[in-house]
Amino acid sequence: MKKLTLSRKVFSYPYILFMLLFVVTPLVLILVNAFIVDGKIDFSNFVDYFGNPANMNVLTLSIEVGVITTLLCLLIGYPTAYLLSKMNAGKLLVLIFIMPMWVNFLLRTLATKTIFEALGVQLGIGTVIAGMVYNYLPMMILPLHTTISGIDKSYIEAAGDLGASPLRVFTRVVVPMSMTGIISGITMVFIPTISTFAISQLLSNSSIYLFGDSIQLKFDQGMYGVGSVMSIVMLVLVLLSNFIINKVSGRDNQNRSTLL
Amino acid sequence: MSNNVNIIEIKNVVKDYDGKTVVENLNLKIKKGEFVTLLGPSGCGKTTTLRMIAGFEKPTSGQVFIDGVDVTDIPPHLRPVNTVFQKYALFPHLNVFKNIAFGLQLKMIPDGTEKVGKDGKVYEGLRRLTKQEIEEKVNRALKMVDLEDYGYRDVTSLSGGQQQRVAIARALVNEPEVLLLDEPLGALDLKMRKDMQIELMNMHKKLGITFVYVTHDQEEALTMSDTIVVMRKGEIQQIGTPKKVYDEPANAFVADFIGESNIFSGVMLEDYKVMFASQTFECVDKGFKQNEPIDVIIRPEDIYILDADNPSAMFKGVVDSCVFKGDHYQIILITEGNEMLIHDNVECEIGQEVGGYVKPFDLHIMHKSRIINEIETQMWDKGIVEICGGRFPCDSELPENTPVKVSVEFKDVEVCDDEEDGEIGGEVVNTIYKGSYYQCVIRTDSNYDFFVDTQDEWLKGDRVGINIPKDKIKITPIVAEEE
Repeated sequence: MKKLTLSRKVFSYPYILFMLLFVVTPLVLILVNAFIVDGKIDFSNFVDYFGNPANMNVLTLSIEVGVITTLLCLLIGYPTAYLLSKMNAGKLLVLIFIMPMWVNFLLRTLATKTIFEALGVQLGIGTVIAGMVYNYLPMMILPLHTTISGIDKSYIEAAGDLGASPLRVFTRVVVPMSMTGIISGITMVFIPTISTFAISQLLSNSSIYLFGDSIQLKFDQGMYGVGSVMSIVMLVLVLLSNFIINKVSGRDNQNRSTLL
Repeated sequence: MSNNVNIIEIKNVVKDYDGKTVVENLNLKIKKGEFVTLLGPSGCGKTTTLRMIAGFEKPTSGQVFIDGVDVTDIPPHLRPVNTVFQKYALFPHLNVFKNIAFGLQLKMIPDGTEKVGKDGKVYEGLRRLTKQEIEEKVNRALKMVDLEDYGYRDVTSLSGGQQQRVAIARALVNEPEVLLLDEPLGALDLKMRKDMQIELMNMHKKLGITFVYVTHDQEEALTMSDTIVVMRKGEIQQIGTPKKVYDEPANAFVADFIGESNIFSGVMLEDYKVMFASQTFECVDKGFKQNEPIDVIIRPEDIYILDADNPSAMFKGVVDSCVFKGDHYQIILITEGNEMLIHDNVECEIGQEVGGYVKPFDLHIMHKSRIINEIETQMWDKGIVEICGGRFPCDSELPENTPVKVSVEFKDVEVCDDEEDGEIGGEVVNTIYKGSYYQCVIRTDSNYDFFVDTQDEWLKGDRVGINIPKDKIKITPIVAEEE
């Protein structure tokens, strides 16, 4: 019998097993469900999905919501992260922004809904975006805070020394130098927002369906074929946005690795 | 080159950080076109002084003038100075060209027109530099630092020396009246540093602007400057030309910090006659009190080795070591129990008896900054005096709370390794070898500096304990002056 030696390779087995079970198998299942109808390769699922304008509307709306949420997160998150990095107690205060993440996101969203209802706010697209921003804001603040507080004070002094007013120092040095943080913030907000489900349903009384919700709906209704097609669309979207973001950040920061 | 206009004037400037004084009542005038070096060990306040000129730090009190204008409250971006930072601080998101153009793009220059403002005053019309003007200036700056083809390179891809050149070009392209340099060559290797020193000196000559240079490297300061400002503990020790600071150091600290030197404690017997290392020497100094304790400083290259039986030998000694240093031998001579460091070009055998000769002119005699430790304090109780927060038994029977003056000789202060073993603790802030013993300065927590003569070398920065034997504490009551 061959002796079992404890080589370095052995330690990768659990990982390989995990990958096979939870990454490769689902992907194969999605491909099978999308392309094979009644035992034959068939594109009818794609025709079904892309042929329906309602589906396209959901997709556009999802991307719109994702873009708006990301922009809002950036607009709120950047000044917050900037101020926090200037404060001595900044590290501690960041914790306050992160704390909501320790609560399960469904519970959090239900609580948000209750608050909106108590305040008499009409549930709709506005509340959906508000809920999204609330959920993903920490994802924006965290990388931004890390990069901004990592900027050496001497760069800011050098810019001032060369004649830049405090506003100019901010726009010409602080913002460009925190590009890595901005990029990872955007990645961490935009990609999850286009794929989330539940938040939109809960915060709009099921009147708004985003892409994530419709995938879930399709599977609930047993339409595995169309659901799988949508999952592929989702995957392509994520890969595409990742590619674009990397392209942009790669141009700006050739020599710096992205944070997080 | 230098005329008599003061471009920078620092008046009574004090800088505190959290109650700790870093710069103490500094007064300094820098003439237009001068190359001034602020020199001192780390923590002497030289960088803080530079940062106050640049505007990054605000003095706790006092004023800073640039070109006659009080700039104490003016932020850095409005001051006519530019800085070369210690770690260059080149913007990593911009290439070499854009780094240098940064200041130019923000600059406003008169466009030749005049405008009448709302308040009736006439203002000069301003405009930004055009793209071509910027390009021209940047290219000229790149040429000046020999980096003509590097404009579109990433700054992070440059070597340390190249980054340094970019930093200098970035500051000089703005044509500042004063260029501030904060240890700019500290991160370079020796050869590169030497080359850059010469380049900086050439630039200074060519441009004719004022350079204020901060360094802890005495050789760099001696090579490059018109004027050296030696600083220690936030105070200026001496201002002078490199030659003057080297040849006529103002005190033992300056002598010890600038170049190697032999420092002896001696006594001035009478005018032109000094005694140290158990021998009497002729000197050129006068005007000291009779038998006044003084410090004698002799540069190692000012002592000549002679044969032991040479009639002009002033003293004799035994060679303890002799090391070849390229252009001279470094010899340590023991004479009457004192060590003497000598640079001469004769080779000696260890153990050989030789004679020594010093020209009277080369004996530098200076007042001791202190000859005894004196502390004004009060009695804790009968027979116990309070010194720097500690309670020391003494021979005085004065009652509690009597104000007294305590005197302790340098040699009577006992230093111990462990802070806990001493009645009071302190930090060694300075140690100078005086031929046969060390003189240390120990700063207690209540900020009194004890001078201690000891056989052991105590390392700067170490915490030690201080004890004083009962019979060595001299106490005199302070009589309140009545008017």
